[in-house]
This record gives sequence, C-alpha cells and structure tokens, in this order.
Amino acid sequence: MNFEAINESLPLYFGGTLTTLKLLVVSLVAGLAVALPLGVMRASPKAWLSRPAWCFTYVIRGTPMLVQLFLIYYGLAQFEWMRESIFWLWFKSAWFCAMLAFAVNTCAYTTEIIAGAIKATHAGELEAARSMGMSRRTVLWRILLPSALRRALPAYSNEAIMMLHGTSLASVVTLVDLTGAAREMNSRFYLPFEAFVTAGVFYLALTFILVGAFRAAENRWLIHLKPRQ
Amino acid sequence: MKNLFRIIIFAATSLVLLVPHACAAQGGEKKIRIGVEGAYPPFSYMGVDGKLMGFDIDIANALCKEMKADCTLLQQDFDGMIPSLLARKIDAVIASMSITEERKRSVEFSDKYYQTPGRFVAKVGSTLEVTAAGLSGKRIGVQRTTIHDRFATATFPKSEIVRYTKQDDVFLDLIAGRLDGVVVDSVAAAQGFLKTPGGKGYAFSGPAFNDPKFFGVGAGIAVRKADTDLRDQLNAAIKSIRTNGVYKKIQDKYFDFDVYAESAPSGKKK
Repeated sequence: MNFEAINESLPLYFGGTLTTLKLLVVSLVAGLAVALPLGVMRASPKAWLSRPAWCFTYVIRGTPMLVQLFLIYYGLAQFEWMRESIFWLWFKSAWFCAMLAFAVNTCAYTTEIIAGAIKATHAGELEAARSMGMSRRTVLWRILLPSALRRALPAYSNEAIMMLHGTSLASVVTLVDLTGAAREMNSRFYLPFEAFVTAGVFYLALTFILVGAFRAAENRWLIHLKPRQ
Repeated sequence: MKNLFRIIIFAATSLVLLVPHACAAQGGEKKIRIGVEGAYPPFSYMGVDGKLMGFDIDIANALCKEMKADCTLLQQDFDGMIPSLLARKIDAVIASMSITEERKRSVEFSDKYYQTPGRFVAKVGSTLEVTAAGLSGKRIGVQRTTIHDRFATATFPKSEIVRYTKQDDVFLDLIAGRLDGVVVDSVAAAQGFLKTPGGKGYAFSGPAFNDPKFFGVGAGIAVRKADTDLRDQLNAAIKSIRTNGVYKKIQDKYFDFDVYAESAPSGKKK
C-alpha cells in the first residue's frame, strides 16, 4: 500500500465525496417528491391512474441506469433541435444530466416501494377509518399514507443505499465524484488498488451514516411494528 | 453440506491446476496478450462488424507475425492499460501510447513506432487564442491519462480540463457544445474526427504541440520492466517491418504522409 499517494490524493476524494453527496441528496429528494403521487396512482384500483404509473416504472426499471444516463447526456446532444432549444441550457451541464437520470431512476423504484406499502395496508385499518366517517381524502392523508410510508422505510433505506452506489456512474459523464476521484488518482499514480480501495472506504463510511440515519428513523416511526422482546 | 465440500475441493484443485498453467503461458512459449484500445480512430477502432481495426491493430498483427508469436488482442480502456500491464493481465500495450519519462518510471518501452504532434481543435473561426490566458475559464476536453491530458493540465492552468475515458466521447461533447476545444493527437483528430461528417465545421487552431517533456519521443509499445526480452524482440520486429516494407504498406492504408517522422531526431522539435 502506498499511503503517501493516498495522502496526496485525499483532497481529491473529499471533493469527490461532496459531489457524490450532492448528487445523492438532490436525486433522492426530487425522486421521492415525484414518487409520492406516482405511488398513490400506481396503487389506485382505477386503471387510468395506475396504468401510466406502471408504464413509467416498467420502462425505467427495465433499462439500466447507465443506458439512461448515456441517452440523456450523449443521446439528446446528438439532435440539432435539442442543442438549439432552451432546454439545452440545462442539458448542457453534466450535473443536470446526471441528477436527472438518477432522480428519474430512484423515482421509479421508490414509486414501486410506496405502491407496495400502500397495497399492503391492512383492510381493517381503512374500514375503521371509513366507519369513523372520514372522507377518501382524509383517509389517504391521515391513515393510508402515514402508515404506508412508515412501512416503506426499510425498503426505502435499501433504495437510498443502492442510489449512493449508483451515483458512481457520474464519473462516466466527466463529473469527479468519489469514483471519478479514484480514476483520477489511478491515472496519476497507476495505483488502481490504492485508488479504488480508498474510494471503497469512503463509500463504506457514507453507507454507515445512511444506515444509521435510517435506523434512527425506523426507531422513531416504525417502533410499533418492532417485534416484542 | 457434502455437496458444498465437494464444490470447495473442486474449486481448490482447479485453482492449483490453473496456476502452473498460467505461469507456463507467460514463461517459455511466445504467447503474448496485447492491450489495445478500440476507440481511437484511425489508430484503433471497431469496424461495423465489431472487429478491431486500425493502424495500431495492423502494426500489432504485423509485429506478431514477425516475431512468430501467438498473440491475443485484448480491448480495454486506455486509463487501465498500465495497471493491467503491471497486474499481468496483458503483456504489452499497443495503444498509441507515447513514450514519456513519467510512464517510464512504471513500465518499459520499445522504440517508437510512430510519432505525431498534439493539436488544439475548436470550431472553425474560433477566436480563442491557444495560450494559457486565451483559454482562461474555457472548458477543454482531453482523454484521461493521455499526454494531452498532462500537457493541457500543465499548460492551461486557468482552464477547466474535462477528462473522458474515450477519445470518441471527447469529440461527441465538442460537437454538443459542452467544450470550447479539445487537445488531441493531430492524426487522431484529422482522421478520426475532422475528416468525418461529425467533424464538419471544426478545425485545428493554434500551433502543433510537441514539447518532449509532455509528448515524449513518439508512441511506443509498453511492456513490464522485467520483460526486457520481449522489448528487444519488439524492437527487432519494428526494425524489420520498417525495412521490409510491411510498415509502409500499413501506413499507406491509413495515412497519406509519413507517420513515423523518420526525419525528426527523437526528442527534438520537428
């Protein structure tokens, strides 16, 4: 192990960590915000609501994120009309393309997680709510979503961790995230082991924090479903 | 459980059996695994049928024939070439790799097999002055770990150097307007980009770069430091294809000029 080279490259990795975190936070927040209504649509018994949501998740989950990223970053850039439209202001930036691809991706998976949790809601819970005279809307806001979102937490924590690792694709569109930093270091010193092990340690630390945060969230909001001791 | 044991024993024995085999392949017999790039036209690219083609590939095959060696061409990204070589995944790199002092610290090089300068490529009529001040704040695309990467990073410190894994992607982003210019090998740019439909409206700008500090003395074949035998064989093979006309035949297939730069004394400006 060449610790000197690692030491020398640490600033690169800290910058990379920042990039990775930015990509992760923006895509998770945006993805979750859109996934909430989509998840409700997807779980709806009405076909005109659930089919479009199903279509979206099917297409996005059915194609690799790398392919989507290539399509958005290099694919769209191929078209003259795209490059002359006002959208190009955003699509020109690698940041925007990466965040869009990641947000759309996590959105599709989160939609399915939320829809699954909604469908798994105990029928008695809803019956009780209706018999109290709650309107559909109130049931949704007061009963269905709070209980479904709590139950979605464990699955969602998994999705967040997968997303953290998914952001490593950003380095193929010129962003210097953690993986990009490792590539950079490798190219400077020709030390792939040191370069990628360091990146791995950083990812581990980030995952550790994520896992801890979700455990705290589960202890707060999911305590009623904990097995009794 | 018993099954698991069997699997473990099988795996262990096959490992033991494999190891001496791998050693033999590297030792006595002339089996050479050559790393090539496949995304750097006209030197190395994939034909429509998915087959590797290009100047590097033809040179590799010609050298192998000359050495009577059994060669396998393995395609991989440029930034992984030296690590793969050091990790013994490949035995030689024929990927337009320039012979530089920096690389010589980790690997051994054959004599050069061609030499071309680097250039700056930008839109036709670009008013950018190709100097550190003129390109200040501009986005310059390079292929990661290449001499052009090193050169641009050192020469244009006030510019944003954007690094790509493949040269093809650099040109794509130049067309897309995400880059203000590209620092690239002159021939790779001329043949691989400017002469193609995509390269319409782009041109060389500024001087030819050939500072030997960055650009070395031409492109050579990288081998491991310990493999001096292989290096000597490669050198002999390069010399003989230079004299027996094979080199010229390959050169004429791709270029209408002397790509070897015979007249250029090594290390000096042309």
